[in-house]
Amino acid sequence: MKPSRFEYVLPRSIEEAVAARVEYADTVVLSGGQSLVPTLNFRLSNPEAVIDLRLVPGLADVRVDGDWIHVGGRTRQRDLELDDAVHAANPLIRETLHHVAHPVIRNRGTVGGSIAHADPSAELPCLLLCLDGEVVAHGPGGARTIDAQDLFEFILSTTLEPDEILTEVRFPVLPERTGWCFTEFARRHGDFALAGVAATLTLAEDGTIAWGQLAACGVTTTPVRLVAVEDALLDGAADPSRIREIAQLAADVVTVPDDESCSSAYRRDLLVGLVERALRTSLQRATERATARTSREVTS
Amino acid sequence: MTSSTYRSPVNDDPTLDISLVVNGRPVEASVSPRLLLSDFLRHHLGLTGTHVGCEHGVCGACTVHIDGRAARSCLTLAVQLDGATVRTVEDLEGPDGSLSPVQEAFRDCHGLQCGFCTPGFLMSVTALLDEDPDVADASDTEIRERIAGNLCRCTGYQGIVAATRQAAETIRDAKEQADVPTRG
Repeated sequence: MKPSRFEYVLPRSIEEAVAARVEYADTVVLSGGQSLVPTLNFRLSNPEAVIDLRLVPGLADVRVDGDWIHVGGRTRQRDLELDDAVHAANPLIRETLHHVAHPVIRNRGTVGGSIAHADPSAELPCLLLCLDGEVVAHGPGGARTIDAQDLFEFILSTTLEPDEILTEVRFPVLPERTGWCFTEFARRHGDFALAGVAATLTLAEDGTIAWGQLAACGVTTTPVRLVAVEDALLDGAADPSRIREIAQLAADVVTVPDDESCSSAYRRDLLVGLVERALRTSLQRATERATARTSREVTS
Repeated sequence: MTSSTYRSPVNDDPTLDISLVVNGRPVEASVSPRLLLSDFLRHHLGLTGTHVGCEHGVCGACTVHIDGRAARSCLTLAVQLDGATVRTVEDLEGPDGSLSPVQEAFRDCHGLQCGFCTPGFLMSVTALLDEDPDVADASDTEIRERIAGNLCRCTGYQGIVAATRQAAETIRDAKEQADVPTRG
């Protein structure tokens, strides 16, 4: 037996699941298990009880509703990746999921599980933060909504309470005239990246850059918004020729010290390069989308 | 292969009853909640074709199919599989013992050296080609990315990439042949 002994709880409703969260002193929630089970196998985590969500109804539902994409917390990453309605509503989601581990892991790994796990190198928390998404958490007092910017606290640590369970993840639909990009660098495709960047870039009616939203993973203790870059994009209609210069402003968010993969200086350079690539790709896609829209209007 | 009399070394663990289908046969067992699927397959059912390498999801040697999709058996608790359908490498060969197209291709292309990673590769590649036989047209780099979730410590990747391509061609040809009558 690899894991230490635990109580296995199989609730049939979210209320039962939350009750188990309260009843036992030290619980973990089993959703897809692709991050949790390794920590159990190594006995890095020795919980009193494991609460398996697989029989809780409604937690794997996905729907696009107005300006929001609602994703049940236990939705498999692979199912979200293959969902064409979601892709049509926000193509950054599929592009990001292609970088999450390997298909075999995404077959089991869940969207809410990855976000609640809050690995600072993981792509999905970075995506949620970039898009200004939110999550729904159920606790003994009912449900509450938490904005992405208030969710991630530290390495593997969120503002979810020990008696709460993440039940839904909400991503905004991509606005009009907006381009997108997720890019990262890893030693082997599917490994945790040395650094990754999620970006969206929205154009004004006249085709100039109106604003951008960017977040990075793998560079500090949480996923992080690249505020300095976003501010510079707002400043003076951001001439595309200034993209390289603007990307340099990302470097200061890196706090990861030299490690076995690379030096801190390398990671700063890498992040700047990824931001530049993400901005250029987003700008090109935003322009294509805006042009396609204009030509549709002309012909109709 | 029915309910098991195997006793785990820690035999005072409370157990739960599960029933599932493994390689087309119903299986019922009482297992400790902390038993991994990989150990359940090997120790309880004697299906030792599923190999256990890193035991934390990195190497891919333990890959099986759960409800038709490839998954790491070392990252799954056996109790999670109550009601599920599992397929292991033992089920790839035909009823007459003939090799599957993927197995055949691994033999033809020297896609194995020591063989330890092979069951995992066979299960990952079989699932990949079920989903997308157009891998036959992919570049070597794309094929490497698609199978990057499995490691070969003999570093015999050239043969593995070639085998994946050959198997994809065989499967696609077979599908096209099967499609011919319906086109007319």
